[in-house]
Amino acid sequence: MNELLRRTARHRGAAAGLAVLAVMVLAAALAPVLATHDPFVQSLDEGLTGPTAAHWLGQDKFGRDVFSRLLHGARLSLAVGIGTVSISLAIGLIAGSLAGFLGGWADRVFTSTCDVLLAFPGILLAIGIAAVRGPSFGNVLFALSVLGWVGYARVIRAQVLKVKAMEFVESARAVGAPPSRMLLTHILPNALSPILVEATFGVARAIVAEAGLSFLGLGVAAPAASWGSMIGEGRHFLFVAPHLVTAPGAAILLTVMAFNFVGDGLRDALDVREDMR
Amino acid sequence: MNRYFLRRLLHAVPVAFGVVTVVFLLLHMMPGDPVEIMLGESAVPALKEELRKELHLDRPVLVQYVEFLAGLPRGDLGVSFRSHEPVAREIARRFPATLLLAATSIAVAILVALPLGMLAATRRGKAADYLSGIAAMLSLSIPNFLLGPLLVLAFSVQMGILPVSGYGSARHLVLPAATLGTGMAALLTRMVRATLLEELRKEYVTAAEARGLSRRAAVAMHALRNALVPVATVLGLSFGAVLAGSVIAETIFAWPGIGRLLIQAIDARDYPLVQGCVLVIALCTVAVNLATDLLCARLDPRIRYE
Repeated sequence: MNELLRRTARHRGAAAGLAVLAVMVLAAALAPVLATHDPFVQSLDEGLTGPTAAHWLGQDKFGRDVFSRLLHGARLSLAVGIGTVSISLAIGLIAGSLAGFLGGWADRVFTSTCDVLLAFPGILLAIGIAAVRGPSFGNVLFALSVLGWVGYARVIRAQVLKVKAMEFVESARAVGAPPSRMLLTHILPNALSPILVEATFGVARAIVAEAGLSFLGLGVAAPAASWGSMIGEGRHFLFVAPHLVTAPGAAILLTVMAFNFVGDGLRDALDVREDMR
Repeated sequence: MNRYFLRRLLHAVPVAFGVVTVVFLLLHMMPGDPVEIMLGESAVPALKEELRKELHLDRPVLVQYVEFLAGLPRGDLGVSFRSHEPVAREIARRFPATLLLAATSIAVAILVALPLGMLAATRRGKAADYLSGIAAMLSLSIPNFLLGPLLVLAFSVQMGILPVSGYGSARHLVLPAATLGTGMAALLTRMVRATLLEELRKEYVTAAEARGLSRRAAVAMHALRNALVPVATVLGLSFGAVLAGSVIAETIFAWPGIGRLLIQAIDARDYPLVQGCVLVIALCTVAVNLATDLLCARLDPRIRYE
């Protein structure tokens, strides 16, 4: 693990990415302390003011403090990113190993399910689900996980199929080792690298998708602070208050690039070939 | 040769079937009674019953499913709950605008990516390669819901040379097409560079140069042709992403296409229309992916003999 960190950090982009992520995690964790204002308190007469000494990044149309909302938005982004990836990983692990071990009809059901889900482009399916379920944190996680698990499941399945064909597995089966032990001792350790890489990109994808849904008004219900909804509300005031778009925009761009750089660094450090998707 | 085509066609049928099923199930994923969600709980019971009948929600789910399926070949996607017009007619009215936007952004992406990718590949490791790499990385990282407002900020608010939103003239098309096409251009540039570099390493390029062709002629006449098959695949497969991205781009620029229609339908709780929009976008994607695969098999015999 230390070795992995060192090899990833040697990658220049990844080191910068890790630094940005560390700052972001700190900002999210300490948001209530660092925030200079309550992110929900409105003062309508100060609406749309630019940056001042009291409000470092200005105020939105309700006079809420943009800096404080940005910090609380970091919490939401991280929670959605990590939550979606965790749920997707859990489902992917189960579905992928079942498909790989059982083979036959189970595998065919698995493959067709993946094909159908992947036929929905981009966040279209998430939009559809969020639209019928209504805006809430849980529904965002649900909408993003419906498609999110496919990548991990495919990695696990491929690994299961590879390991299953090896001789030592047959001998293990012959002496009566249960498949669960095979999964834990042989398959998971081997699948860990590609999954770690996929999960890093997965967090970035989930953060962008949540922001996209919130931008469209389909994310977490107002007045919660989401970077996406901040851009969505701010874009109507580009002529008078461009900071309402540029501030959360910079936050999203930095975060996404940080995750992508770390993912690239991990992929190089772990020597994962890009054979998924 | 025809076996590949047949197999690929037969693969698309169950996928399309699955897509239809998922879209049908959407309406049944609602937390509660769809009729009450659409009309509000306090609506008059008689009105609720009427809508329930109109949407066929009074029948068993299986019957609804069969009816939904049976309607599709006739182009029957149900009736909009707000306008009481057929969903298919509303979508058909909006579709040309989306097609125009998608085609323009794809065309722009190709026009940017081909020369840029060729430049990067032939000047590998030089400044041009490095710069186009950074531009591609940035373009791939920026989400379209951020790029759109930033373009408006730069070209409409600051410079005042392009309209903020709307539809009707070529100038209205520029910003939405740029919003949709940028990510795709970046992806294509990387793809052109990577495949071209691979081709340039092959012996036939060396042979062409030995015969006295200039490097430029070897790239243009031989390597580029072979590099285009994987590029065409990426192009076809990202058509779906462009359609999905049009939901956001059309919302930003008030572009009267199917993506904006979807968001308007969601805001109006017009769920039959929501279903129709999602279904049409998804089925278009399946069809274009199929067409891409078949086309690539025609272009590259190795694919069909695999």
